[in-house]
Amino acid sequence: MSTVAYRVTHQTVYAYSGDVVHSHQLLHLAPRETERQTCVAHTISIDPPPTHSAVDVDSFGNPITRLEFDRPHQRLDVTTEMSVEVRGNADRVLKSEPWERVRTQLMYSGRPPGAERLEAMRYRAESPHVRIKQLFTDYAAGCFPAGRSVIDCADSLMHKLHDEMTYAPGETSVSTSLLEVLDKKRGVCQDYAHLMIACLRSRGLAARYVSGYLRTVPPAGQKALVGADASHAWVSVWCPLAGWVEFDPTNGVRADKDHITVAWGRDFSDVSPLRGVIVGGGQHQLSVRVTVTPLDGPMTAE
Amino acid sequence: MPSASLIAPYTPDATRYDELLNSDGSVRAHWRPLIERLDASTPDALRRGVELARRLIVENGVTYNVYADPQGRDRPWQLDTLPLILPAEEWQVIAAGVAQRARLLDSLLADLYGPQRLLAEGIVPPEIVFGHPNFLWPCRGLNPAGGRWLQVYAADLARAPNGQWWILGDRTQTPSGPGYALENRRIVSRVFPQLIDDLRVRSASPFFAALREQMLSQVEDDESPLAVVLTPGPFNETYFEHAYLARQLGFALVEGADLTVRGDTLYLKTFAGLRRVHAVLRRLDDDFCDPAELRSDSALGVPGLLQVVRKGRVVLANPLGSGVLESASWLGFLPPIADWLNSESLALPSVATWWCGERPALEHVITNLEKLVIKPVFPNQKFEPVFGSSLDRKAKAAVVERLRARPYAYVAQERVSLSQSPVWGASGVTGRALAIRVYAVATPNGFQVMPGGLARIAGDSAADVVSNQRGGGSKDVWVIAADDAAEEIDTVAGRRRQRSEDLPSRLVENLFWMGRYAIRCDDKARLARATLALDTRSDAWKHAMNSCAQFGVLAEKLDLPASLFDVGNANGLAADLRRLEWSATQARSRLSAEHWRAIGVLQRQYHESVSSRSDAREALDRLVLSLSGLAGFALDDMTQDDGWRMLLLGRRLERVQFLATLLGMRLSVATAPSRSELEWWLDIVGSTVAYRTRNLDRPRVAPVLHLLIRDVQNPRGIGFQCEKIRFILEQLRAGDATFDDSFERAAADLDETDFGVLEGVGYTAAGARQAFAQRLIALADAATQLSDRLSMRHFSHTEGDLQVVAA
Repeated sequence: MSTVAYRVTHQTVYAYSGDVVHSHQLLHLAPRETERQTCVAHTISIDPPPTHSAVDVDSFGNPITRLEFDRPHQRLDVTTEMSVEVRGNADRVLKSEPWERVRTQLMYSGRPPGAERLEAMRYRAESPHVRIKQLFTDYAAGCFPAGRSVIDCADSLMHKLHDEMTYAPGETSVSTSLLEVLDKKRGVCQDYAHLMIACLRSRGLAARYVSGYLRTVPPAGQKALVGADASHAWVSVWCPLAGWVEFDPTNGVRADKDHITVAWGRDFSDVSPLRGVIVGGGQHQLSVRVTVTPLDGPMTAE
Repeated sequence: MPSASLIAPYTPDATRYDELLNSDGSVRAHWRPLIERLDASTPDALRRGVELARRLIVENGVTYNVYADPQGRDRPWQLDTLPLILPAEEWQVIAAGVAQRARLLDSLLADLYGPQRLLAEGIVPPEIVFGHPNFLWPCRGLNPAGGRWLQVYAADLARAPNGQWWILGDRTQTPSGPGYALENRRIVSRVFPQLIDDLRVRSASPFFAALREQMLSQVEDDESPLAVVLTPGPFNETYFEHAYLARQLGFALVEGADLTVRGDTLYLKTFAGLRRVHAVLRRLDDDFCDPAELRSDSALGVPGLLQVVRKGRVVLANPLGSGVLESASWLGFLPPIADWLNSESLALPSVATWWCGERPALEHVITNLEKLVIKPVFPNQKFEPVFGSSLDRKAKAAVVERLRARPYAYVAQERVSLSQSPVWGASGVTGRALAIRVYAVATPNGFQVMPGGLARIAGDSAADVVSNQRGGGSKDVWVIAADDAAEEIDTVAGRRRQRSEDLPSRLVENLFWMGRYAIRCDDKARLARATLALDTRSDAWKHAMNSCAQFGVLAEKLDLPASLFDVGNANGLAADLRRLEWSATQARSRLSAEHWRAIGVLQRQYHESVSSRSDAREALDRLVLSLSGLAGFALDDMTQDDGWRMLLLGRRLERVQFLATLLGMRLSVATAPSRSELEWWLDIVGSTVAYRTRNLDRPRVAPVLHLLIRDVQNPRGIGFQCEKIRFILEQLRAGDATFDDSFERAAADLDETDFGVLEGVGYTAAGARQAFAQRLIALADAATQLSDRLSMRHFSHTEGDLQVVAA
């Protein structure tokens, strides 16, 4: 199993046309530890300095930072830097159960579900950005033939989205409804991920939204992945026998050593990198810059 | 029963339990004293009783807003004067059952937001928790201040044909209605004053004392804990009750924008600065309460509130997240939950409910659909309850398909046959289906249940649905004290006088603007009226029309009458009347019912004039009269605190600004004001009579200006306003030396001029008038600056709208 070490810099700058007199911000900008990722170092620098700042862990296990600013400012710069080691595992051959059986396992049975299944059940219900609709069930019908393993179903759904959707930055926003995304088949990684999750949950499967980064500079001889200049999003699906398996519908690949995880939740609303409520400020301009640099090329784990 | 009895026309419904009559048709013992009393009354006395109740509802401004009602927002509360009477031993069962249920739901919430053992054990389906939009993940793991997940609770109950009470549903956010219940009692006790004592009807007020105590006793020691009622605002259906509860409990009525979180502390933005808030009785749904961590699509809440809760620095009733229990899906699971959590069985059963997420339940529901009502599990589903019996084959198939596609999102309930109770109608006493809402509040000694509650009755005799949104009515509930019960002390729920420093800035700001708009409307109406009275050939006409255009009374391309009724003109009179109403709406909790009504009448009259295209001068006469009524309310009808002072200040500043501008603009023109102009001024200011009593001759510049500017005894003049403003500023200033006095200086500057030199047509006189005009304009500017400075100083906390941003 190979390991890649990365340094990631993620800078978010808000420029406001008027004074922001007071604001609260909730940050999901620190990388979480996962089965395939180790966090080596991490800092967040904030300008202007916040009046109050506190770190915590949210209900989904993600590290978070809460900030409050109570002095007027017209610019906010939040820059996070992290060093992580990511282990690739996409090559492993995974087996999982037929999707119908997984669906049954995620239904209430009147018996203790066990910790893993109960955890998965959180991610099969509706959430603020992901409604459950017959339309989503129907759209993905071809990916779910009877008896196919849940991994193969998810793979096929991922490829379907990758093939049928057009990556179109700037055409959608947080408030664009998934029905509209389904209708226009255009959007960014967030829309791809939400749509894939909706198709899975509408079939009674459990899927979570993963927020993170992509390797910016491709290894020699490979094409750069789409969405590398900003924070990225993909989908993790509960596939009993194999566990949680990650799919990146924007690129049509399994998440692997190019994918650096920051946080996961039910959808974007649980993990948005920088979520704030401001008083004042007028119009604002947002600029986000992400740089992901592999350190010393690929490494080989012992 | 004598055949002449009032209840002779009353007929029981064989399919329902009858609250009034035994099965043999005789009156139940606990109803007899009431019926006897009624039968002994004259028809006139009875009518007067009903009238009295109706009048009290209107006078006290008891309203209920119906969202779908095109007739407007406020509808008078519907109260039937006949109470529902329950004997002591029957009440005992209900009270014990409701308290037990409250205890159970409290521990259920503690588990859902804590260890989730019920989920892990397979006792509770994860679907009904994780799928519910009010299961708030960010609340997981928090320990609410006071250790309770439920501070206030309400159960909806109905009585089955066999006399057994059933629980129809649970209200766990912050149940509406206790205020209406108390007001119902107040009104009904005016109708039957003696009877309530004679029958030993138990009082509801200890419940409010307990609620108040519960809210205030759990906060850390503090000299004077501050508690607030958090309302979504005047457009909410039960806003009347929010304001009413706030008054009853002595809490400040606030909206989200009145509160702010700094660090781990919640503050109220008051007139005097930030004040820590210790307890919040929220009437805002939990998911709206904190846009920083919960739903971000609404600015109703308070950013950061959840963090204050997490730190245990505020008591919230109810804690955030309690809304997850407001779903019919829980009903069937409560018995096993009670068994598992507390090893007890529930004293009061819930109406039979099947959650379709379990296969056998789903099949049962599909087989028995005609006997059942299908309801959604989650509040955000677009699905109205469906009575299986009302479905034809096709509709039934559609429902079954829905159930099979997403079974866990539906429940089915047995149809409940509600009991029948007597109500007053135009044709005597008739029967209506009834359900009751019963309230419980947490206390250190367990849950205390309000004796009585809110009875709700169906809109018509055949209906089986009780809902205020669907036009039903309400009743008082009389619980008879047990024979051996100790005398209850009828405590007046701590009517603490709200301190002036607790006045929310927003409220004070709205009072200030209410004062300004009332005078602005008055000024414009008088300006227009005086102008319409002018002869168009008079030399005042041109100047008058200029002034009208300048003050926005005259719109471009319209004549004066048309401009007055033009609602599209942003600076026009109609627009200012709307602003007056808006600011009054925002300050409504500080206005008496009559004051509020007067503002409503004002609007109605004006709109009637617009739609009937009545004569403009007549409409203006009526308007000016109604506006002068507002002055009476301002002076005689309000608590004289800083809020009131700001209202008066708004009125005075507006008048100064208007008059100084009107006179200043004219005097800066070289020609001397003509006699008809002077008469026009006097007419605008309403000082024609005052002038005549002081001066025998025709209007001349110096005496007119003296009356309008310098005479401190003319309540409409500038001098009088400045004097009053000085007085109010002294009180507001309260020793604050940084508060500058440029307004007072500008006012004093007016005294420098000798009005005698302003008379005449020569250069000298024109020059003197122009110099004086500069001073008037300077005063108008100073009034504007003072208004701005007051805003900076006292309202600066109301910084503007919240924006939610995500990157």
